[in-house]
Order: sequence, then C-alpha cells, then structure tokens
Amino acid sequence: MTGRRPLRVAPPAVGWAVAAALPLAFLGVFFAWPVAALVARGFVAEAGGLDLTGLRDVLGAPRTWRLLGTTLAQAAAGSAGSVVLGLPVTYLLYRTRFPGRTLLRGLVTVPFVLPTVVVGVAFRALFRPDGLLGFAHLDETFAGVVLALVFFNVSVVVRTVGGLWERLDPRAEQAARALGASPARAFRTVTLPALAPAIASAAAVVFLFCATAFGVVLVLGGAGYGTIETEIYRRTTQFLDLRTAAVLSILQLVVVSAALWAAGRARARREHALHLEHEDVAAHRWSVRSLPDVAAAVATALVVGGLMVTPLAGLVVRSLRHGDGSWTLDNYLALGTTGGRNALVVTVWQALATSLRTALVATAIAVVVGGLVALVVSRRPRGSGARRAVGALDAVVMLPLGVSAVTVGFGFLITLDRPLGLDVDLRTSGLLVPIAQAVVAIPLVVRTVLPVLRAIDPRLREAAAVLGAAPGRVLRDVDLPIALRSLGLAIGFAFAVSLGEFGATAFLARPDSATLPVVIFRLIGRPGAQNYGMALAASVVLAALTAAVMMLAERLRGDRAAGAVGGEF
Amino acid sequence: MTTTSPRRGRIVGAALAVALLPALAACGGSEPAADAASGAASDTVTLITHDSWAVSEDVLAAFERESGLTVKQVPMGDAGTLANQVVLTKDSPLGDVVFGIDNTFASRVVDAGALEPYTPAGLDASAQPYVLGDGALTPIDRGDVCLNTDVAWFEEHDLPEPTTLEDVAKPEYKDLLVALNPASSSPGMAFLLATIGAFGDDGYDGTGWTGYWAALRANGVKVSDSWEDGYYSEFSGAGEGGTRPIVVSYSSSPAYTVSEDGSATTTHALLGTCFRQVEYAGVLRGAANPAGAQRLVDFLVSQPFQADIPGQMYVYPADASVELPAEWTQFAPLADEPFEVPAADIAANRDSWIEKWTATVIG
Repeated sequence: MTGRRPLRVAPPAVGWAVAAALPLAFLGVFFAWPVAALVARGFVAEAGGLDLTGLRDVLGAPRTWRLLGTTLAQAAAGSAGSVVLGLPVTYLLYRTRFPGRTLLRGLVTVPFVLPTVVVGVAFRALFRPDGLLGFAHLDETFAGVVLALVFFNVSVVVRTVGGLWERLDPRAEQAARALGASPARAFRTVTLPALAPAIASAAAVVFLFCATAFGVVLVLGGAGYGTIETEIYRRTTQFLDLRTAAVLSILQLVVVSAALWAAGRARARREHALHLEHEDVAAHRWSVRSLPDVAAAVATALVVGGLMVTPLAGLVVRSLRHGDGSWTLDNYLALGTTGGRNALVVTVWQALATSLRTALVATAIAVVVGGLVALVVSRRPRGSGARRAVGALDAVVMLPLGVSAVTVGFGFLITLDRPLGLDVDLRTSGLLVPIAQAVVAIPLVVRTVLPVLRAIDPRLREAAAVLGAAPGRVLRDVDLPIALRSLGLAIGFAFAVSLGEFGATAFLARPDSATLPVVIFRLIGRPGAQNYGMALAASVVLAALTAAVMMLAERLRGDRAAGAVGGEF
Repeated sequence: MTTTSPRRGRIVGAALAVALLPALAACGGSEPAADAASGAASDTVTLITHDSWAVSEDVLAAFERESGLTVKQVPMGDAGTLANQVVLTKDSPLGDVVFGIDNTFASRVVDAGALEPYTPAGLDASAQPYVLGDGALTPIDRGDVCLNTDVAWFEEHDLPEPTTLEDVAKPEYKDLLVALNPASSSPGMAFLLATIGAFGDDGYDGTGWTGYWAALRANGVKVSDSWEDGYYSEFSGAGEGGTRPIVVSYSSSPAYTVSEDGSATTTHALLGTCFRQVEYAGVLRGAANPAGAQRLVDFLVSQPFQADIPGQMYVYPADASVELPAEWTQFAPLADEPFEVPAADIAANRDSWIEKWTATVIG
C-alpha cells in the first residue's frame, strides 16, 4: 500500500493481511505441517524422547557429502544450461512475430509434462551405441542426466522470462542503438538488466527442479549415480528409515533455502519499475535482415530441433509402429481399451478425463493461492517488518519445489486424518491429489505473474490513488490489465504441471481412478510390445493435450488490457 | 477467474471459497459413504491396495450384491510404498483391509502391529503354508521372479540357453545379463533373494551369494534401476533396441510375448532361477468396519475372485486348485522349486543385504 491517504490505511492493511494469511494457511496445512511432522518422526527415539544421533551418523558419512556434491553440480549445470539455451528461444517466441509462433510456444512446453519414465526411455534410445547420440557415450553419465534435465526445464525459462520480455518497452534498447551501441552491447547493458529478475526467478525454479529430480536420474544416471533426492526416496520406501531420511530432508531444505536466498538477492538488486508495453506493441515482425532475429532463429532451431524434437520424434514414430516395425494406428486405437490382456483397469480416455478434472481443480487452487501471493509480494510496504514479512512469503512459497515428493506424501499420511476438525479422512478421499499438485504449481504461478506485477511503476498506483481511486479500483485499473496476460500463462503452467505430475500423485490415494501419467507408468510396467506401444501412444496424447492447453492459455488475454502502460509523467 | 476481482471483499471471498473447497467437496457427497476412519456406516468397506490391483466389475458386483457391502477401492503407490503407508498409519488406519503386501515387506508390517489376525475359513489347503504372522496376512496370489531369455538371440548365435544361476556367471555368457538394482526395484530385490536363497553365505564354492555377485560383476552384468528400463532399454527380447538377451523379469512375462497365432513365445523364463513372491491381504487393526473387513478377505480367497486373478493382475492365484487359462500352463508356468528366504530373515537383513550387494556390484 502506498499509504498516501491516511484515512484509508486501516482497511487496506487488514485486506493485505488476509490476502497474505490465506496462502500461508494453505501452505501451512498442506505442506509445512506434513513435512515437519514426518521429519520430526526421524528425531524421535524408539522409546520416545529426542534422538539426534541420526544427525551425527548421516552428516558424518562421506557418502552424504558425495551425494550433496552430485546434487549441487547437477542442479547448477541443469539451471545454467536451461538459461543459456532458453534465452534465444524466449527472444524468438516473445519478441518477434512470425507465422506458427503460437504452435511453437505450445510445443516448447511439451517436455515439461511428459512422464519421466517415458522421457528416460526416449533418451536411453538416443544414447544407445546405435542411437543418434551414441557417439557421445552419454549413457549413465552426469552429462546425460543434465541434458535430460535441460530438456525438461528449458520451457520453464522460456515461460518465466517470456512473460516479462514480451512486454518490455523496446525504445530503451532502440535509444542505446541510436547512440551507437552494438546490438550485443545494447542487449547486455539495457535488456539483460531489465530481464534479470525474471532470469533469476527462472534459474531458481529450474535449480530446484533439478535438485529434486527423481525419475530421470534413476533411469539415466545408472545404478551408481545418486543424489540427496534419490537417497531420501530409497531410505524411505525401501527401509522406512525415517531417521536418515529426516536428516537428508533437512539437508535438502538447507540447500534449497540457500539457492532461494541467492536468487532473491539477485532479484532484489535488479528489480525496478520498467516501462511495460502491450505485448503486441513490443514484439516486432521477424526479419531476415535483423542479425539478432536470425541468430535467435538458428539457436531455436538447434535447441528445439536437437533437444526437444529428436527425443519426441522417436516417441511418436515408435507409437505409430508395431513391435515388428510395420506402420500402424493400432496403438492409438487401443487407447479405448484396457490394454493387452487387461493391463489397465480404466481406458486411457477415462484416465485422460480424470487427469483433466484433477487439473481443473488443481489449477483453480494454484492460481488463487499463487495469485494472492504474487499480489502481496509485489507490494513494497513502508515498514521494515512488513517488508521482511513480504520477502519471507516470497521465499517460503518456493520451498515445495525443493522438498522431496516422498517426504510430502508420507507427511500427508500422518497428519491429514480428519485435519482441523473436519469429519473427512483426507488421506483416502482423493482430494489430496489436486491439492498436492497445486502445492507444486503455486511457485510457478507466482514466478510467472510476479515479475510483471513488480515491474509496474508504483507511481501509477500512487497517481490513481491521488486521483481518488479506492485501493480496489487501483487493483482493477492498474494491476489487473497488466497481470491478466501473465495470468493466462500461469494458468497454462499450473494446468501443465498438474497434467504431468507423477511423483506425489503416485503416493496418494486415488479412489476414483488413475491419472494419465499413472496409467502410462502401469502400461510401461508390463512386458509386451502392445503395452509398450500403448504407453508411448498415451504419452503422445498427453503431450498433444499439454501443447493444446498451453496454446489456449496463450490466447487468454484480458480484452480490457490497456494498450501501452508506462509511467509517463 | 476470480483471482483479481475488483473488490477486496470479493478477493477474500473467492480465496475463502477455495480454502474451504476440500471441506465443501467432502460434504458434497461425491462419495457414496463417509470414510473408514470416521466410524462410517457398516455397509462400506475400504480396501487399500497397490497400483496393480484390478478386479472384474462383475465379480466385484456379485460380491457387493451378496454381502450388501459397498467396496471402496483405494490404490496408493507401489507395493513398497503401500507397506510403508500401512506401518506409518498404524494408529489411524487408512481403511479396513489392505491388499498387496508381498513377502519381502510382510514382516515389517506384521512387526509394526498394524494388522488384526484373521484367517478366512475358505482358505484352500494349498495356500495354508504361505500364511504369515499368526494369521495376520492371508495369501491371495503368487508370482515368480526369474531370469528371462530372448529365444531368437540364442538361436542366431548358436549358443545354448543358460538354465541355472551358475550358468550366467560362466564366460560363454559374458556381457549378456541385465540385472535390476534391489535398492530401487522390487523384482530386483526378489532376484537378489533368489541368489541368497540359492547360495546363502557359503554356497557357490564357499564364497556365498556375495561371491556369486562378484562373479557376475566380473562377467559383465549390467544393472538397471527399474524393471521398465532393464526390460525395454537393455533386453533384446523386448524388440525395442536392447542388446542383452538375458534379463531379470517374471515367470509370466513370456505369456506377453506370444506370437499372433498363439503358437509360440519369443522369450523364455528360466524356471531354475526363480524367487517366489506372494501377495497378501490383511485386516487393518482399528478398522472402522471389522466385520465387513473379514467378509472382504473371505471374498479375496473365494473361488470367483481367485479365478479372476490371472486375467486381471497377471499373477497366479494362491489357491492351487483354481483352473488357469490355457496359455498360462503352456507359456508361463510357475517354477516347481523356487528359491525361498523366510520373511522374518528378509525383514531383519534387508538393509544390510542391499548395502552388501551395492558394495559388491556397484563398488
């Protein structure tokens, strides 16, 4: 709040407090409490009482530090690779206009939601001696794991940075060019600093995703490869060794918090009001005469073609073949059945309907909670206490990305039997599935909407307030039009996360029926060429559905969005 | 979307609505009856299972008609996850009956005291020997984890197929075997148990099972982290580009690789290399509907359900007197003498065995 009009301070302050309290309550009940409860169990001795020997044993083991090293290296390399490869793609998709752009934007997001087990298989096929990348000997190597992680996460960078970049006023860069700066220099000195907050945000999200990656690491890393996440998983599911798992979870939290703190610092130093434009004003028609445009197109062709299309094409081709290599549509026709010798309980189409229903609920929760968080965090209150609280909320909301799905899933079990006096055993109701997915999606919603909200010049809001607009009116006429467009992206993102989420979903009760990734996992868990073909066909359907959802989200724009919004005084 | 509605009051209202969504949905009657833990009406019985659970609709419907019970099926995770969930929630059970605890996790669940002993009267004599924990766990189905071979590969290379565990450690089978990591794969754990059952601590020329695995390592064994990865990416018999003709899989796997005309299968299970996995059902201690829970376990060992098992879950009924589909007897028989390791030993040593295996094979 600007606090310009003392008479109005009290009610808005209450409003902001409520807006902050709701997301905190939600994350408290569905994330912090379950995780804390499970970790706490690891520190309770057999006979009761506090037992801290786990700390000594785990932190004293050289293996723990080896795992931590691998985790950090993997996350750092994965996020660096995603940013470097993602930026040229972002430029092409959000700063230039060309036919087929929307389609390409949809395509770029597909990897993000594919089931890891399928992606693992696709990459294995590439890495095999007779595969396309066989010459590089990437199978069961660190580089192979990182490459797959980049495949998954480039879209996070493209989306998060694209939301801001598409609205960046091009005139500042044009002015630099007019004063004689080379395109590279103008980009480095004008555009890059403006994008820094969004890049830092994206890098932090990707870092967390890579640090807690599980399925891909298991398939591509080989038996000797391990991270903190895989170790937590093994300790918990194989041995029910909560003592070790608890210490590892705390270690994971420390790493994640440090990464978030660093990203927050990088953001805070760079965040300032920008001149924002309506997106179609800022983008220019792609031109073969523009060096940046051509360079970005070439880079995009390499990234999208080499990193995304190649593995995906392998999937699509195999889904259109029989086990013996002849072409067929049988795998797709089989999606209406329960698979070879009844591998499934429901047909793939039924699972798809379940997935969509679940995703709708998860998205609604994630967008409301995430939207509230973004709104609160985008304000810069006067008081240092309030400012610190806002900063804390910003960081806390990211934590779910950095905590093992196993820890959250098992935590749910020991806390959510009739929570808060509700007469419902949430654990087996099936409601936890969309809730768990929303918890994962909220950070992405925040990271997508927040850079745009933060870039709004506060003087605009002040001016509106001075002219007599009530706080609600300021929100409606200043923040909303600008936020709407990125909200569309956020909705698409949340939906995609929900559609593809498997880690937590696999742990939770699903009394109604399985989601699509669960069905794919079940199909690929059976021998037989038909089941394998069906699993790939179902993955292609999931990919196509995701691309379609993302393209729809692209089209979600506020029809009342103002043309140019900038602090022109 | 009501996310950024113009009036603060409405924002709060919308957010409150979402926060209350679980509660509303819970009261909305989306499920026919309340949950097990809240003292539900005794006409609903909640069955928690692993993800591979399946039953024919008509078979279940017949039971529901006959008993007047409504069965709420709740799949949650794989067998290991399920067992752990039962242990973690023993003071506040997730349902009335659990199905899908296997003999590699059984003792963990029994020792935790999560189950109420109950042995159905209808349990066939052939299944009696499998009963565990003084009746806490009732055997429902069986399956064998065995080495599988790619028939065509051995024909092409003019090499006889191996038949025993010792064979695959011999030089002529160098670089041909795909094993699975027991720390991350349940069939991988089962095959490790087959070798422990076969060689113990002093078999295999006095070197025991660790000596055997050291020999496998020297013979170029490849270890995958999951069955999917091992079978589809490494095994030549899956036809997906793998190059190794021997893999750890199930005795029932060859029934999935039968030719179009049903005359032959392209893979074999080596029945001298198997570990017997048994899956159990049990009544959860503190069940909201104990009478219904017992009725449900009775149903799981009854003839109609036992006969439904092979077609639905692709394992063998625990009741040996139940007739099997023809192609099962032809292509996917059970092993006559699978290797065995007592459930209590598995529970006591699981951790140290996996660590020993890792030290021996991964280094």
